[in-house]
Amino acid sequence: MAEVLVYVDHVDGAVRKPTLELLTLARRIGEPVAVALGAGAESTAAALAEHGATRVLTHDASEYVDYLVVPKVDALQAAVAAVSPAAVLVPSSAEGKEIAARLALRIGSGIITDAVDLEAGDEGPVATQSVFAASFTTKSRVSKGTPVITVKPNSAAVEAAPAAGAVEALAVSFSAQATGTKITGRTPRESTGRPELTEAAIVVSGGRGVNGAENFALIEALADSLGAAVGASRAAVDAGWYPHTNQVGQTGKSVSPQLYIANGISGAIQHRAGMQTSKTIVAVNKDAEAPIFDLVDYGVVGDLFDVVPQLTEEIKTRKG
Amino acid sequence: MSLRIVVTVKYVPDATGDRHFADDLTVDRDDVDGLLSELDEYAVEQALQISENADDDVEITVLTVGPEDAKDALRKALSMGADKAIHVEDDDLHGTDAIGTSLVLAKAIEKAGYDLVISGLASTDGTMGVVPALLAERLGVPQVTLLSEVSVEDGTVKGRRDGDAASEQLEASLPAVVSVTDQSGEARYPSFKGIMAAKKKPVESWDLSDLDLEAEEVGLEGAWTAVESATQRPARTAGTIVKDEGEGGKQLAEFLAGQKFI
Ligand SMILES: Cc1cc2nc3c(=O)[nH]c(=O)nc-3n(C[C@H](O)[C@H](O)[C@H](O)COP(=O)(O)OP(=O)(O)OC[C@H]3O[C@@H](n4cnc5c(N)ncnc54)[C@H](O)[C@@H]3O)c2cc1C
Ligand SMILES: Cc1cc2nc3c(=O)[nH]c(=O)nc-3n(C[C@H](O)[C@H](O)[C@H](O)COP(=O)(O)OP(=O)(O)OC[C@H]3O[C@@H](n4cnc5c(N)ncnc54)[C@H](O)[C@@H]3O)c2cc1C
Repeated sequence: MAEVLVYVDHVDGAVRKPTLELLTLARRIGEPVAVALGAGAESTAAALAEHGATRVLTHDASEYVDYLVVPKVDALQAAVAAVSPAAVLVPSSAEGKEIAARLALRIGSGIITDAVDLEAGDEGPVATQSVFAASFTTKSRVSKGTPVITVKPNSAAVEAAPAAGAVEALAVSFSAQATGTKITGRTPRESTGRPELTEAAIVVSGGRGVNGAENFALIEALADSLGAAVGASRAAVDAGWYPHTNQVGQTGKSVSPQLYIANGISGAIQHRAGMQTSKTIVAVNKDAEAPIFDLVDYGVVGDLFDVVPQLTEEIKTRKG
Repeated sequence: MSLRIVVTVKYVPDATGDRHFADDLTVDRDDVDGLLSELDEYAVEQALQISENADDDVEITVLTVGPEDAKDALRKALSMGADKAIHVEDDDLHGTDAIGTSLVLAKAIEKAGYDLVISGLASTDGTMGVVPALLAERLGVPQVTLLSEVSVEDGTVKGRRDGDAASEQLEASLPAVVSVTDQSGEARYPSFKGIMAAKKKPVESWDLSDLDLEAEEVGLEGAWTAVESATQRPARTAGTIVKDEGEGGKQLAEFLAGQKFI
C-alpha cells in the first residue's frame, strides 16, 4: 500500500490533536508515515504509533528554533525524497500552510489548503473545502505531482489504530535559504489552562455586547462551567478586551466545535466565516434582528448580563 | 540609496455580496461587486509608513493579477498614496491557482525591480495565506511573514510574528518578502487630494508575453489543482428562538442538557 506523509505538529514531544486527526484521514488513502522535527521529536513516536503511524521519521537541529519556516520545508522535502509518498498531509495552521506551499512548489505539485474532509478517489485523494464563509462546499484534487493538502482541525474523529511506529532518523541537509529569516526573540504565550481554541469541543465567545474587558469574566465563567475554550469577536479584540489569539473569524481562528455559544455577537460575515461549520450554534443577543439568529439551533433574545450568569449557575447545579 | 517596494494587492468579490461559482467552477466575478481585498489595505498602509519613516527615497508600486475591473483595486491603493501601479491582465489567466498566481506575480515583481515585497496575510476570497511564502520561494529571498509590526532600516527588515505558541521577533536582509496582518495598524482612508492625484498616476498593463510566460503555464488548463464540484450549503433549518422573560438562562441550560452538552 502507498505511504502517506503526515507532518507532525507537536510541542516538545506532545503531539497536538490535529495531527492525530490527520493520521485517521491518512489511513483512508494509504499507510501513514509521520515526520516529526525539533526537540522531543522521538518522544512523539508512542502517540503516533497508537494512532496508525507505521514509521516515524525524526530529525532535530537548532535551525528549527533559530530560523523561520524554511528549515522545516527542507526536512519535509528530504522526507518526500526518502519515502516517495502518495500524498503529503499537513495541519492547517498558519505555519503549516506556509510549509506545505513551499514544499509543493519545490516538488512540482499542486496544493490544496484548509480541507475539512478527505477521501480516496480514482485520480488521487479528493479534498472537501468549505469556502465563502462556509456557504459553499467544494471538492477538489491536486492534478499535478504528489498531492500536498493541509487539513483544518476537527476534520476527523481521532481513532486509535495501533501500528509499528518505528523511529527512523531522517537525513536533512539545509538549503541556502534555510537561514534567511532569523528568529531573534521569542515570548511564549502564557497558558490559561483552558482547551486550545481550534481544538476545543465547546467554544464560548463574547463580542462587543460584553462591553468591557472586566465583563469577560462572565464569558470565562460560562466557558469553565462547560470545560470550553473562550473566543472573541474582532470588535471585542480591537477594543482591547481580549487577546487577538482568541479572535474567531476570517482574520482570527476558524473553529468547528460540537457547540458554539455566541454572546453579544451580531454575526457579521467575517465572524461567521470562522464559526459557521460548528455543529450546534447557540446565541444570546438582545437584538432579535441580529444576523447571528439566522444560524442558531437555539437563541435567546435577551441581555447577556442576565442570561449568561443564570445559565452558568444552572449548568453548575446540574453538574452537581 | 532608494528603496523599491512592490505591494501585491488582490481584487476580490465583496464578501457581503452573494458570492458563488460560475459553470466552470471558477469564482463568478460578473454577478458580485469587486473591491481591493481589505486585508491588502494593511499591506499598502505598512508600505506607506515605511516610506514615511525612511531617510531614503522610497518608490511604492502596487501590483495585481486580475481581470479588467481589477484596475479599481489599483486605483484605491494609488489613492491611499502608492506611486505607481502594474496590472497583469490576460484572458489566459482565467482560473489560475495559487501556484500559477505566484508564478505570474514573481515574474512581474522581478521585471518591476524590488527590494521589498509586501503582501496581505490572506486574500478574502481564496483565503489560502500561501502566496507570500510561494513568492519568497520563487524569488529565492527571505520570507518575513504574518507580521503585526514591521520596520525597515539599513537594508534589514524586522518584525513581530504572533503565533499560537509564542510571539516571535524576526529579522532578515533585503531583498525580502513580507506579509502583514490586520493587527499591523488601521489602513488610512484615501483623502480627496489622494483620489484626485491617483487619476494622474501611471498604471502599466502587462500580459503574459510581457512576462515571457506561456498560456499553458497558467489558467484553468495549467492549474495544478482541479475543482470537481461546488455545492451551496443547505440553509440551516430554523432554530428555536426564545425571548428572555427571566428564565432565558435556564431554558438555554435545558436545551444544552437535551443535547447532552451538560
Ligand atoms: C477584512 C475584515 C476581516 C474581519 N475579520 C473578523 C474576524 O476574524 N472576526 C470577527 O469577529 N470580525 C471580523 N471582522 C469584523 C466584522 O465585520 C464585525 O465588525 C465584527 O464581527 C463585529 O463584532 P461584534 O459582533 O462583537 O460587534 P457588533 O456588530 O457591534 O455586535 C454587537 C452585538 O451585541 C449585541 N449586544 C449589545 N449589548 C448586549 C447585551 N447587553 N446583551 C446581549 N447582546 C448585546 C448587539 O445587539 C449586537 O448584535 C472583520 C472585518 C473585516 C473588514
Ligand atoms: C474559495 C477558493 C478556494 C481556493 N482554493 C485553492 C486551493 O486549494 N488551491 C489553489 O491552488 N488555489 C485555490 N484557489 C485559487 C487561489 O485563491 C488563487 O489562485 C489566488 O490568487 C491565490 O490564492 P489566495 O487568493 O488564496 O491568496 P492568499 O495566499 O490568501 O493571498 C495572500 C496575499 O497574496 C497576494 N495575492 C494573492 N493573489 C493575488 C493576485 N491575484 N494579485 C495580486 N496579489 C495577490 C495578496 O497580497 C494577498 O493578500 C481558491 C480560490 C477560491 C476563490
